[in-house]
Amino acid sequence: MLTHIIERVLQALAVMLVMSALVFVGVYAIGNPIDVLIGPDVSQDIRLDTIARYGLDKPLWEQYFTFLGRVLHGDFGRSFVFGMPVLELILSRLPATLELTLAAVLGAALIGIPAGIYAGYRPDSPLSKLIMALSILGFSVPTFWIGLVLIMTFAVELQWLPAGGRGETASLFGVEWTFLTLNGLSHLLLPALNLAFFKLALMTRLARAGTREVMLTDTVKFARAAGISEGVILRRHVLRLISIPLVTVFGLEFASTLAFAVVTETIFSWPGIGKLIIDSIQSLDRPVMVAYLMLVAFVFIMINFLVDLTYFALDPRLRKGRA
Amino acid sequence: MMRKEAPIARFWDEFRESRIAVAALVVVALMIGVALLAPLIAPQNPYDLANLVLSDARRPPGYVGSGGYTHWLGTDAQGRDLLSAILYGLRISLQMGLVAGAFAFAIGVTLGIAAAYLGGRREAFIMRVIDLQLAFPAILLALVISALLGQGKAQLVTALVAAQYAYFARTAHGAASAERGKDYVEAALSTPLPARQVIWRHILPNCLPPLIVVATVQVANAIALEATLSFLGVGLPVTEPSLGSLIANGFQYMLSGRYWISIYPGLALILLIVAINLVGDQIRDQVNPRLKR
Repeated sequence: MLTHIIERVLQALAVMLVMSALVFVGVYAIGNPIDVLIGPDVSQDIRLDTIARYGLDKPLWEQYFTFLGRVLHGDFGRSFVFGMPVLELILSRLPATLELTLAAVLGAALIGIPAGIYAGYRPDSPLSKLIMALSILGFSVPTFWIGLVLIMTFAVELQWLPAGGRGETASLFGVEWTFLTLNGLSHLLLPALNLAFFKLALMTRLARAGTREVMLTDTVKFARAAGISEGVILRRHVLRLISIPLVTVFGLEFASTLAFAVVTETIFSWPGIGKLIIDSIQSLDRPVMVAYLMLVAFVFIMINFLVDLTYFALDPRLRKGRA
Repeated sequence: MMRKEAPIARFWDEFRESRIAVAALVVVALMIGVALLAPLIAPQNPYDLANLVLSDARRPPGYVGSGGYTHWLGTDAQGRDLLSAILYGLRISLQMGLVAGAFAFAIGVTLGIAAAYLGGRREAFIMRVIDLQLAFPAILLALVISALLGQGKAQLVTALVAAQYAYFARTAHGAASAERGKDYVEAALSTPLPARQVIWRHILPNCLPPLIVVATVQVANAIALEATLSFLGVGLPVTEPSLGSLIANGFQYMLSGRYWISIYPGLALILLIVAINLVGDQIRDQVNPRLKR
């Protein structure tokens, strides 16, 4: 068990190192950041001075090792555009993305799982067929287009909800959160709904497939024979049995939703890290791009690592086999 | 007694039983048809600037423009006929999806089958890299690569292929490992036939059914991904607008109620993706051995 964990930690570290090199070289291979930093009409002295100040005159490998050394001390450099430390910048934008993602994934689970269970419980009813048809639509329709339609319907035509921005925030544990104010919630609703759409289809399909399988097992047969009501069977047995794969997917999807937030945040001008990365790609703000990619890679590796450990804890065969 | 039929004919007979799938297939064929014929059937060439009249800009659907014909879907900010722009956009979107899909198929399947055939540490290494990549969301990978490479068709295809080949590799590896252990492959390998031929003639054809399913879904995904990238401004340049770029162009006018510039290209995009996915769904059901009647 312990050797397995150590092995995985080392693997994760190696992957992070490779990722950092790839990201660094990739990001620094494009464009000339000096053109972003200073106008074309400044004197040659200032130009050279700026290049030296950001260390852009050194060879690439030297820049990489300087970068790596700083990163190990939690220093990702300063943003070219915002002029503040990148880590601070990303951390200041992170809560907005986190609450958006969490709202979306929770919403998808709260609607998708009951809908999926129903569709699996009564696979032939018209409502189930409608649910499945909608889920195909949810898979097929690109997120950004749904966002446009939501804005057009609820913000432009009906004028019920705002079209973008984060609205008022309130402070909790020293961090500003949107969901604590009514105005903020009204801003959160549309983007969260938009981001939830794809996940909703996924959750529905998974819950349906699981329910259909579980309904055919002896557990359900015996429960029925014992005279337990259908509602109790669904809640106590079916939901419990299908929850294991759903929890795994929930974890993995949380990470991919974090990435998908890029699209939603752009459409709804939501000031999270997704909007930040798009803006920094457009303005060639390299330190921000590098730090964002490293952060996302880190989150992904961590989540995969945790899921791996969960399997390890759940499946006794793995424990005996290789440790 | 079973009738003797060509596998393709049997497949088609089964496919025909689903009316939805047939309808979807017709839609896909029609859309490919109009995309191919776009220069012939579009009311105007939307990329010839000489054709564009600014006083025709942002007109609602049904407006009769200075060209003397009706803009059934309205016009965009440059006075471009939207129907024509959609037909040309469809062409580019389909082209990107199919080219990216074909490259991803070739690279992914080669890697997957090679890994299954080689076995041992080389297999473990290849699959480890691919698994790692699959853990990363395709959208992010494509976004970063196209941001790094800049705008353009070749760059975009590279980004799409990089984001998608792993799905083919995974599927091909799974199918090929199962075939690799079977007696007929062992038998073929023990003959003096070169390994290349055993892979090509025996292993690959038997891996095709699941790969075809993945290919359909991935072409739809590539089209959606391309649209998303173009919408975010890192896909194709404005001179070659796909459906995604058309939607992006219309976005700013949406808030003032000029919905048609974004909505109609979007509907065309969705119709295409849904239709491809429905066809893919049916093929999946047909090749799934667990659902065999």
